[in-house]
This record gives sequence, structure tokens and C-alpha cells, in this order.
Amino acid sequence: MAGRHEQIGTQLSGRSRPRVDPRIAAGVVALAAIAVLVGGAFLGLVTEGAANLSGAVSAFDTYLFRIARFTLWQALLSTALSVIPAIFVARALSRHPSFPGRRLLLRLFALPLALPAIVAALGILALLGRGGYFADTLSALVGGRWPGIYGLSGILVAHVFFNLPLATRLFLEALDTLPADQWRLASQLGMGAGPSFRLIEWPAMRASLPGTAGLVFMLCITSFTIVLTLGGGPAATTLEVAIYQALRFDFDPARAVALTLLQIGLTGAVMLVLARLGATTAIDANLPVAPRRFGSVGRGETLANAMLVLAALVFVAAPMAATVAAGLQADLWRLAADDAVGQAAATSLVLATLSACLSVALAWSLVAARQALERRRGADAPGWLERATGTGAGFVLVIPPIVLGAGWFVALRHTDYLFAAAPVMVATVNAVMAMPFAIRAIRPAHDAAAERNDRLCAQLGISGWTRLRLVDWPVLRKPLFTGLAFAMALSLGDLGVIALFGSDSVQTLPYLLLARMGSYRTDDAAGIALLLGMLCLTLIFLADRFGRRAP
Amino acid sequence: MNEAEGRTVRLDRVAFSYGTAAMMFDAEFAPASVTAIMGPSGSGKSTLLNLVAGFEMAQSGRVLIAGEDVTGLPPAQRPVSMIFQENNLFAHLDVGKNVGLGRSPALKLTRDDRDAVADALARTGLAGKEHRLPRELSGGERQRVALARALVRNRPVLLLDEPFGSLGPALRQDMLDLLAGVQAERGMTVLFVTHQPEDARRVADRMVFLEEGSVSASGSASDFFGTDAPDAFRRYLGGSV
Repeated sequence: MAGRHEQIGTQLSGRSRPRVDPRIAAGVVALAAIAVLVGGAFLGLVTEGAANLSGAVSAFDTYLFRIARFTLWQALLSTALSVIPAIFVARALSRHPSFPGRRLLLRLFALPLALPAIVAALGILALLGRGGYFADTLSALVGGRWPGIYGLSGILVAHVFFNLPLATRLFLEALDTLPADQWRLASQLGMGAGPSFRLIEWPAMRASLPGTAGLVFMLCITSFTIVLTLGGGPAATTLEVAIYQALRFDFDPARAVALTLLQIGLTGAVMLVLARLGATTAIDANLPVAPRRFGSVGRGETLANAMLVLAALVFVAAPMAATVAAGLQADLWRLAADDAVGQAAATSLVLATLSACLSVALAWSLVAARQALERRRGADAPGWLERATGTGAGFVLVIPPIVLGAGWFVALRHTDYLFAAAPVMVATVNAVMAMPFAIRAIRPAHDAAAERNDRLCAQLGISGWTRLRLVDWPVLRKPLFTGLAFAMALSLGDLGVIALFGSDSVQTLPYLLLARMGSYRTDDAAGIALLLGMLCLTLIFLADRFGRRAP
Repeated sequence: MNEAEGRTVRLDRVAFSYGTAAMMFDAEFAPASVTAIMGPSGSGKSTLLNLVAGFEMAQSGRVLIAGEDVTGLPPAQRPVSMIFQENNLFAHLDVGKNVGLGRSPALKLTRDDRDAVADALARTGLAGKEHRLPRELSGGERQRVALARALVRNRPVLLLDEPFGSLGPALRQDMLDLLAGVQAERGMTVLFVTHQPEDARRVADRMVFLEEGSVSASGSASDFFGTDAPDAFRRYLGGSV
């Protein structure tokens, strides 16, 4: 890869190019930092497993396999319930490329991605819980006291809330890549709804089906917060929640190690299949909407499409509306004066800011290194370093935050630093988890700019700080802020790491929210959920604003 | 303008390969002259320029400019300016700054530098447009800005990689005349890659014809476009000239 140039460099005395490209060096440092975080967690798990081998082995019991089975089962159901309807919703939206509110609807469909899972869970409980807005209606329907939506059904509703809009957006993206000529041809040939679905729309969506379904499956298999808040009981527990319980309640590190290994094996296998299918493993924060006009759609179909889109809209919007309604009923003034809330909000903002900055720095380093390596190798095959800084970086998603947290928790639990490590763990783990998304935001703009400017900069001798100030910063400012805002929203809403490391002294908003839910202070929880949701949505709104390209 | 006096560019058995395509260039370009480089797609025209400019590194052999070995020098340290077909300008910087970068890569411009920028803009017919952004310019004007920057850089060798390829015929002729005028004033050594025989005819003193990664013919432009044209070049032109 670099060998050829290196060799020439050594042949020439003295005035050759600098040996170490700072961009590649930055990428190596970023990879090393990620390796330390992941490696430390694994070291903790392996040492613990080795020290208590019999305990770890005996933890592979029927209970553990039942949990694994439930984890897979709920993920499978969630995927089917999200992806199959999404095919039809996406098709309906693509048949009507312009109607009032379409852009707004698509923007609404982008929101669940950034909405903290615990806020969504609370919204669903506010609707369908035992004391929810629909409790009376549902009681009358089932003929008895409505028990509230817990267990598998609650998990499924929440997962579909998150993943139906996501899958719809991905399918719509696939449909939008169809050349306009195909639509013109279809309407010229007089293709009706059926043939155009069979001959044009379905083939396009089928191509993106494995990737989309795989991504949704991955998200559901690693889902923690939803299962923690809406599942519960041994009948509806996933591996991630079981890891948390083993560490925080049963103090059984050997079991946690066994669960973690199983979880890594499971996600690793899914990721491998995903990579085989060429799936995207990180989602874009914003969707380019390309309205297109073609032949008119019949009245009957229009009506059916409208019903379908409306149903999807209600399903996605209702939990958010319920969050707002329940939040406004809470005594917001008292909450605002509550020291614990203020403290948690401050902690959350500081940690999320640190985490987002770190995330963007990691992403930028990896993107720049990958591009520099690609440029350097010319037509040769990409080397391992280029692959590691490219697709390799996406593979951190194989290791869910709970697993990373669990590894470090096990490693640190005999030291005095366990709870002192909380802020560091929250900031770093979330930074690494948000990194693939930040890469998605930064890489297209970075690589396009590099393509345009690299030769020019080399020719004019613009390098280092000057290049950063004059050339890179003006071009990358917007995507960097998009990545930053998105990473911050993700980090702000995370409950995984803080659930393990949180304590009375270090609380974030989601942690406090969980605590208030646990002590049945539902009003407080609703108020905090509103605050947290608004914070994240503001950030995602900003990310969207920054993300839009200048004309 | 003594320091800008053209100097000989020599490729001494320069080997390079891209993927499976192996190239070997052995050529000399006369000082203070315009040489048009022509050849079929993939024959290595752009690669040759990139090797002289330092964007590609020779695997063996030497690149000599005015007798000095520049094979290992980074692009910015070579006595060379290059104008590409497109993307010659930073899209977010205005015309004045894009030209000013030719004087100072950190844009720290002295009074003299500013005067030089103003002169170059005037010479290329861009007076009064120094505050425009590249997107507010036509394709021809953008290439004029690139030429203006080459003027303020004042390097003795100028490489042009199909710089006017996307312009219409009349505009291209204007640009060629501007190029010829500037070259006559400064006495630069110009290497000019083009697909258009009439462009070569209009400005070139000498011709180099490439095929499959090496020089297959070279000579004066009058020979190439006269009755003594090399067979390979004649075949390449077909019936067009």
C-alpha cells in the first residue's frame, strides 16, 4: 500500500516528502483510542471469566438460553412488524411525491431516531399504560381492568415506533434513486398501481430489503432501555437487560461475563451477515427529499394510500404527542426548582458535549486518514489500515454500550474508581457509539472536498494549520456541526452506560428519569421526559439545519 | 523577467504504473516553448503532467527541470504551476483570494503581492471581479482566474491539462490567444495536453504524441500538421484535419 512511495522516499536523499502524514497519524491515534476502550472491556471480561471459570461456564444454563431465545424472538417480530408495513408506507409516499405536509411528515419520521428510548417508552406508557389515556377504552374493550402494555407487546409497540419510520425512510431512499425516466416510461405505457409495484417499485425496495431488515434487527437485538422499561420479569428479558441485572442487582459477574459473551457472539453473527449483504450500518441524520412528478394516481388508490400514511403518522406521532401532553401536566415549575433535576441536566449537557466533541474528533480523524490512504495507494488494493479506518469503524456497533460498560464495570469493581469512572465511561462509550453516525455526516463532504482541493493545496504549498483554517474548516464546518449535534442527541438520551455506572453522585437526565419512574413519581418522570425530549429534538433540528447544503 | 525564463523539462527514463498500465517516458521539452501533448485516451498524457508536477511519483528514472533533479520534491517546491480541467479554485474563496494564494499559501499578502494580484487580474481580463466567488463566474472566467494565479506564482514551467476542454470554440480561441500572449511575455516552458488538433495548431511550437504510455513521436508543430506528419499521428487524426 504505502510501500512503493516509501521505497522511493528512501532512495532519494534528503528532500523527500515528510514520512508521516499527519492525517494518517491522527487516524491511527483514533483507532488506538477505540482499541483501548474496547480492549479494556474485553480484558475485564476475560480476566473475570478466567478467574471464575466454573462460575462462567455454569452460567450457561437453561435460563440464559431462554433469555437468548427471547432476545432473538422479539427482534425477529419487531423487524417483521416494522419492515413489512414500511414497504407499503414508503410506496404510498413515493406514489404521491408532492402533497401538503409531505416534507413535514418525513421530518417527523426522522425524529424517533434521535428521541431517547426512555422518552418514547414513557410516551407509550402515557398512551397505553395502566393509567394511560387509552386505559379506559381498552378496559372496556378487553372487558376487565386493562393491565397496561408491558412485556412482549409493549416491547414490540416501542420497537415499531422507532423502526417503522426508519425503514420507511430507507425504502423511500431506495425508491428515490430510481431514474425519473422509468416513471415517465411507466406512465407512458399506462402501468397501473399493480404492475408498477411489481415491475418497478418492488425490485428497487427488494434490493435494500436485506440491509434495512438487518439494520432494524440489529437495533432490536441490542435494545436495552425499551426492554428495561417496558419488558421486565424473567419472561420478557433480553441479554442486555440481564447483563445489567446481573451486575447491578445480583452482583454475579460470572453470569454477566457469560451473558456478555453470548451477546457479542449474537451481534457479531448478525453484523457478519449484514456485511455480507452490503448493508449500511449507520443511518444518515437527514434525508434528501427529491420530489418527482409522474402520471396521476387513481382515486381509489389515493384513498388507500392516504389511509395508510395517516395510520403510520398516528402511530408515530401519538407517543410523541402523549409525551408532550403528559409532560405539560407535570408541575414543571417545581421540577425546574428541583436541585436533582438541575444537577442531572447540567451533568447530562456537560457529558453529552464532551462525548460529542470526542466523537466528531474520532470521526474526522478516521475519515481524513482513510481518504489520505486511498489517495496514496492509487490503483492498488486497499490495505488493512484503510479498511480499519473505513468500514472497520462501523463495526464498533457490534459491541453494544452495555457490553463495553459491563467489561469496564467488571474490571473496575474492586478498585475505588468504579463510580468515579462514571463520567469518563459515559462520555467515551457514547462517543464511540455515535462515531459511525458522525462519520456518515462528515465523510461525503470531506471526501468531495479532498477530491477537489488536495492537488491544489499540494501545488500551492497550503498545508497544516493554514490548510485547516483556509480550506478545510469553511467546507467542513457544517457537516461537523451536523455530526456534533447528532452525536450529542444520541449521547444525551443514552441510558445504557449510566444505568451501570450511575449513582446518587453522578446522575444524568435519563438516569434520573428511570429513578423517578422506579419510585412511581410518574408526574416527575413525564416532566423530565418532556425536557429531555425537547433537548434532543432541538439538537436534531439544528443538525438538520446545518446538514442542508448551501445552494 | 529573467527569473521566469523558461527552462528545459526532461523526463529521464521515468517509469510509472497505474494498476496494470505500465508507462515509460523519455522526453525533453525545449525551454520557453509551447509543446502540445496529444494522444488517445489512456495513453498517459495526464500522468506525464502529474509526474512533472509531483502529483505522481516516478517508480524509477528522474524528472529534471533546468538540469536540477526534482524527482523527490513535493509539488509546491517544484518550479511548476499546473492548471487542471476543472477544480482550479477553492469554491468558498473569492477571486482575489484564490489568486493571492499563489503568492502566499497562508494568504498573508504584502502590498507588492496585492499589486501583483491586481496586475494579473487585469492582464487576464478580470479587473473588477476580485470579490466574486467562483460560482458567480463562467467556466472561461474560472480558467482565467487559474491563469492569473499561475502568473502571480511566476514559475518558469506551466502545465495545462486540457484546461479549455469544457469551453465553446470561440471562448477557447480567446483563452488560447491569452495563453500565447502571456507565454510570449514571460517566456515560460508550457506543456499543454489537449484533444483538439486545432488548439495545438494555434499555439504549439512543438508536438509530442503519446501511445500506450510512451512517446511515439515528437517534432515541430509545422511538421506534425504538414505533409511530413508521423504515421501514428496521422492515424490518430483520421480525416479530421
